[in-house]
Amino acid sequence: MLATAIIIFREVLEAALIIGILAAATRAISGSRRWLAAGVLAGLIGSALVAVSTDAIGELANGIGQELFNAIVLGIAVLMLAWHNIWMSSHGKALAVNASAMGKDIRDGRSECSALFLIVGLAVLREGSESVLFLYGIAASEEGGQSAMLLGGLTGALAGVVVGYGIYAGLLRLPVRWFFSATSALVLLLAASMASQSAHYLIQADLLPGIASPLWDTSSVLPEQSALGMVLHTLIGYDSNPAGMQLVFYIAALVAIGMGMYLAGEQRNVQKSA
Amino acid sequence: MRRILFISLFLPLTVAAEDSVYSLIISEHRFQPAEITIPAGQKIKLLVENRDPTPEEFESHSLNREKVIAGKSKATIYIGPLSTGRYNFEGEFNPKTAQGTIIVQ
Repeated sequence: MLATAIIIFREVLEAALIIGILAAATRAISGSRRWLAAGVLAGLIGSALVAVSTDAIGELANGIGQELFNAIVLGIAVLMLAWHNIWMSSHGKALAVNASAMGKDIRDGRSECSALFLIVGLAVLREGSESVLFLYGIAASEEGGQSAMLLGGLTGALAGVVVGYGIYAGLLRLPVRWFFSATSALVLLLAASMASQSAHYLIQADLLPGIASPLWDTSSVLPEQSALGMVLHTLIGYDSNPAGMQLVFYIAALVAIGMGMYLAGEQRNVQKSA
Repeated sequence: MRRILFISLFLPLTVAAEDSVYSLIISEHRFQPAEITIPAGQKIKLLVENRDPTPEEFESHSLNREKVIAGKSKATIYIGPLSTGRYNFEGEFNPKTAQGTIIVQ
């Protein structure tokens, strides 16, 4: 039961952290809660569909369909996180201080909500489909003890949600002047982390060279399976033995999105002083 | 789009080299063979066949690989080039029994 709980916890944790951070970052946008919930629901339905078609997806593109699928899902999530953060740089500070500033930006707010829907949906889709497959494996096995293992799965999922809620509640407690920078920084790191994971799948599919792999090996100091390793893996993209190409993607995403945020922020300042 | 163009730059590089193929079977939540020896500094292609009706996830942090293999199906995993040493992998859905090692010489 404990083993099942840990496996499901690992799957749920990643999606829960992403949702927790985004829920905090978009708390001032009207309607964001509904879109977030819709994203979770769509992601869950998608998970079941992906789980059922694992076989078919895997056979696409000469057996590297799964890697391509994951890389594309992550790639879209990176673009959406980038859009979110750049949008927040031009509107977010006003939002964080004064929620009523939202009125005139209602149309922009709507596209921001669609981005939120997609990010959350894709996060749930990726982690959820593996959980569905794992639980299906348990249900289909003939060894017995299914109810104990399913209970374990439920416990693990609940623990993951609690951690996700924890980061959400923690972020909301931050003073307003730090809140915006903290959520932006977390979203920026999430995006870079996903870019690195996307590269990881493309290397696994042999579509990208790894360059130096591994670039480093810190698996004995901070194993990725440890609790801290898991959290850092999601939050900042920690990898105990990454390929050089992953770091290239990581830094490229950091720089590109960081630049976009800076430019959007500058533009806003110009508009304000004009 | 830019990323797709970027990737396609590398395609000729990666397709050119002929990879050696190794096969690995998952049966009753165990890997057969449990140890595979491969040469150092060379990329290999691992053909995994899951003969169980249930899905399995091939996972290895030291190899930096993770792939779900549906029940009664086959999957391809590219590994390496690696330096000499022992690299453990496991079936994440059945870690008690599904354990294996890649030995690089």
